[in-house]
Amino acid sequence: MAGVAVLGIGAKPVLDVLAAGQGEVAGSFKLQKGEGALNAKQWAMVIDTRKVEKASDLEPMISACHKIHNVPQMENKNHEIKWIWEEEYHYAFPTATSRYMNEHAEHIPFLVLCNHCENPPCVRACPTKATFKRESDGIVMMDFHRCIGCRFCMAACPYGARSFNFRDPRPFIKETNKEFPTRMKGVVEKCNYCAERIAVGKLPACVEASNGILTFGDLFDPNSAVRELLKSNFTIRRKQSLGTEPSVYYIV
Amino acid sequence: MSDKKIFLMKDKNIFLIKDKKYIIAGLAFFIALFTFPFWYNSGKAAPGPEIKLTDMAKEAKECVMPTAYMRAEHMQLLDIWRQSVVRNSDNIYVNPSGKAFTMSLSNTCLDCHSNKAEFCDKCHDYASVRPYCFDCHIDKPKEIK
Repeated sequence: MAGVAVLGIGAKPVLDVLAAGQGEVAGSFKLQKGEGALNAKQWAMVIDTRKVEKASDLEPMISACHKIHNVPQMENKNHEIKWIWEEEYHYAFPTATSRYMNEHAEHIPFLVLCNHCENPPCVRACPTKATFKRESDGIVMMDFHRCIGCRFCMAACPYGARSFNFRDPRPFIKETNKEFPTRMKGVVEKCNYCAERIAVGKLPACVEASNGILTFGDLFDPNSAVRELLKSNFTIRRKQSLGTEPSVYYIV
Repeated sequence: MSDKKIFLMKDKNIFLIKDKKYIIAGLAFFIALFTFPFWYNSGKAAPGPEIKLTDMAKEAKECVMPTAYMRAEHMQLLDIWRQSVVRNSDNIYVNPSGKAFTMSLSNTCLDCHSNKAEFCDKCHDYASVRPYCFDCHIDKPKEIK
């Protein structure tokens, strides 16, 4: 009889709504952007590595990101989850190294994250469209609800920007930010360019904590802060020859 | 009729007459067993869950949409919200009466309905559904976790 009882509470309101004309109730809402939301055609980041000397210069940005996004700290290196981390020049730019190099570049840590490519290979690999290039602002987003954990995107990403939750991440989150969801076991995750902050008019958390090292702006707006920097400085991108068109630029 | 057919019919009749009582008893037993859950539980339907609203929810009087719609279709509403926020970066929902809400399960729904155990779970348990919303979205219990 439980089934009938469920129908009793479940179906009646549905019928009421239908009787009132479902189109009227459900159809007249509006979806819109928040008033203060930041807008761009293609978000991009410029990292001024000249201002970086040691790992502790990058640490505040990494911890700011990982804290607000509930990124777990796994003890087992194989289970590691990272959205933004540091990398040696040789690993970050394997196609742009030479035998004898500028000492500064060779010794400082480079900040690496998802490049939010203009031509993202992970998006092509995703069989469920859980990851996609957002038309409105060029962010390579993830819909965790849709991710089936096949990890094709991880294989496709040439930058290792994606991590897989081999375990339930919740016990490994030191301080939980209740404003932002955690992930669950079996999904892939990565940097989202702070889409949730941009929507309310804030800059990404790493940019805010960067003390001028990071600049964030619209790549397709010739007058934006990032374009100004790109005009006046020599920049490199990671594995440019692959044709993914990364949107993270490094001033070296 | 051919001889062969008559022979078959005869054969069948003999079979029926011989095992009639077993077959009927077996059938009766099967029907009784099959319908057991229905008559055993008849008249004992569990009462509908009584959900508690937080003071904040009581004060607001109406949810994002009318109560009947929310009760029946909150999952469809959340689906629209997710689609809009994640895929189209539109995060404001203006309901038919013109009131605007930030589309967020964690920060809008669960802010008002902060009593998951007495609100969400009561109905979900009763209806025997196990949504996995809370595997990721953190409920905000006012009391201890």
